[in-house]
Amino acid sequence: MLQIEDLCKYFHVGRHQDLKAVDHVSFDICEGETVGLVGESGCGKTTTGRAIVKLYEPTSGRILYRGKDIFKQNKAERKAYCGNVQMIFQNPYASLNSRMTVSEIVGEGMKIHGNYTAKQQEDRILELLKKVGLGRDHMSRFAHEFSGGQRQRIGIARALSVDPEFIVCDEPVSALDVSIQAQVINMLKKLQEDLGLTYLFIAHDLSVVRYISDRVIVMYLGGIVEEATADELYKNPQHPYTKVLLSAIPIADPDKIRSKERIAIRGEIPSPINLGAGCRFYDRCPYAMPRCKEEAPLPKEIAPGHRAACHLV
Amino acid sequence: MSEREKILEIRNLVFSFRTYGGVVHAVRDVSFDVRKGEILGIVGESGCGKSVTAQCILRLNPEPPGFFENGEILYAGQDVLKMKKKELRNFRTREVGFVFQDPMTSLNPTMRIGAQIEEVFLSRTDVTKSEVKEKALNILRLVGISDVERRYRQYPHELSGGMKQRIMIAIALVSEPSVIICDEPTTSLDVTIEAQILDLLKELRERLGTSVIMITHDLGVIAKMCDRVVVMYGGKVVETGDIREIFYETAHPYTQGLLKSIARLDMDKTDVLTPIEGTPPDLFSPPEGCPFAARCDRAMAVCQRYMPFESRLSEEHMTRCWLQHELAKGI
Repeated sequence: MLQIEDLCKYFHVGRHQDLKAVDHVSFDICEGETVGLVGESGCGKTTTGRAIVKLYEPTSGRILYRGKDIFKQNKAERKAYCGNVQMIFQNPYASLNSRMTVSEIVGEGMKIHGNYTAKQQEDRILELLKKVGLGRDHMSRFAHEFSGGQRQRIGIARALSVDPEFIVCDEPVSALDVSIQAQVINMLKKLQEDLGLTYLFIAHDLSVVRYISDRVIVMYLGGIVEEATADELYKNPQHPYTKVLLSAIPIADPDKIRSKERIAIRGEIPSPINLGAGCRFYDRCPYAMPRCKEEAPLPKEIAPGHRAACHLV
Repeated sequence: MSEREKILEIRNLVFSFRTYGGVVHAVRDVSFDVRKGEILGIVGESGCGKSVTAQCILRLNPEPPGFFENGEILYAGQDVLKMKKKELRNFRTREVGFVFQDPMTSLNPTMRIGAQIEEVFLSRTDVTKSEVKEKALNILRLVGISDVERRYRQYPHELSGGMKQRIMIAIALVSEPSVIICDEPTTSLDVTIEAQILDLLKELRERLGTSVIMITHDLGVIAKMCDRVVVMYGGKVVETGDIREIFYETAHPYTQGLLKSIARLDMDKTDVLTPIEGTPPDLFSPPEGCPFAARCDRAMAVCQRYMPFESRLSEEHMTRCWLQHELAKGI
């Protein structure tokens, strides 16, 4: 459905200096599946998501949607694309216009993409709100009157209002409380079943990603380090970074976590400005070899659908 | 464990804020104690009163609009709420260290790291000016910072989040406090950095014998770190117990709900998350009965009207739920 080919997005941060937020990233998303994109802050996961919804123009590379480059569309195609691809944002406090009522927020896209009479539009807004667990009495209220979980639901209703087939979910639950997180995640799952949606689910919380995703892509400093089905990745991680990441997660089970072996890792994520030629993970990798410094590893297929970029595999 | 000396006792604490919209009853009758050398976790969702409770211990909440309605906080036999200004200052600076959630806003952006730490040394301890730099460098080494001479001269914005949190911990440790309160110390950090900071806190506890109060919403952090846990909801303590009792013999429906609603790495693809439906209570007009009654799927008529008594399930394990009452056994 969506093919990302060699996507690069560099930001200029001074003379002769580029911040390589996304550097030669390629992956595919198939119809009806949920692809999880995980990594720590600064790994380029949000930038990738934003490039897909055309919030960023990539420096190089292509994004193909049903075989067509999304950055070479004519006007009609562009409009259709915006109706088919939607985004749910991370911060439900910042992504809703505080001067608009809920029905205006949800209805705005419908005015552009749909062909509804006023009555039809109102019915549809109500139907959408019901789908996300809100009701008629919420329609004329403003965003500040809602809790974080409810705001996120409004954001989801807005994304659904134009009948998209693909939604980029950028950390949709990380700003919410745990008991509310489960509500929103289950709702996203249910909507996917009902409407046949495809998701790109961006998150830093690996446990949530594992729960919702069919396939998981792990990013580090702008590049993909590993890609596999969710179960495969968690049971059989190949890349050292994935192993470190998995071992660092606190599991809510005292016996298990205290007996779990943690792979110690030194240092912090280096700056993505002026990266060296070798492997991105070289500085922090517990298994680094001299070769890793010289030569960047290319993704290697370990099993069908399981790729990792490391010299060791 | 229970023989361990209690160093901090909080008894029947009630703390509220006066606002234009009315009185917010943030902490409603909270009691627990902190023992020597333990890591005590306080867990709950936003608005459950966990941070306010922690800040009450040092009286950091602005008064007004906040005010104590009831309760006492006993430290070494002395009530913090009755301390005079000077005593309180002494208590805050020498006895208890506080690590805040957001290290970016808690450090002074215009001062070098070294100067910030030295300032604390000079005001809180008897260190003289000639030895202060050596002391500051030592404490930076203690919290695992490498290349201390360089860090000493840097400004906060030059450091990463994890590094800043280490500085915060260093500052909290300056006066060799007997308790460190950590208010969501790792929430703003990435997982690999979070693991480093948690390891550091654990190691410091072993090495210095300091008690740690760990405030968090993350049950994973609790499972990893704590010896005992206090679960709060709607301004009240709903369950306290030993770490294993909380996770494996969970008594309160809220704690059970929390454990069932988190996505876990070790769960199977077929497991479903069971969310707790509804939202936390409005603390402007908190419910008379159990705060969790409105969201509890096992709520009874009595839950709406009366706050449950404390039921003791073992020496450490206490819960406030009517289901644990003698008359409700077998339901």
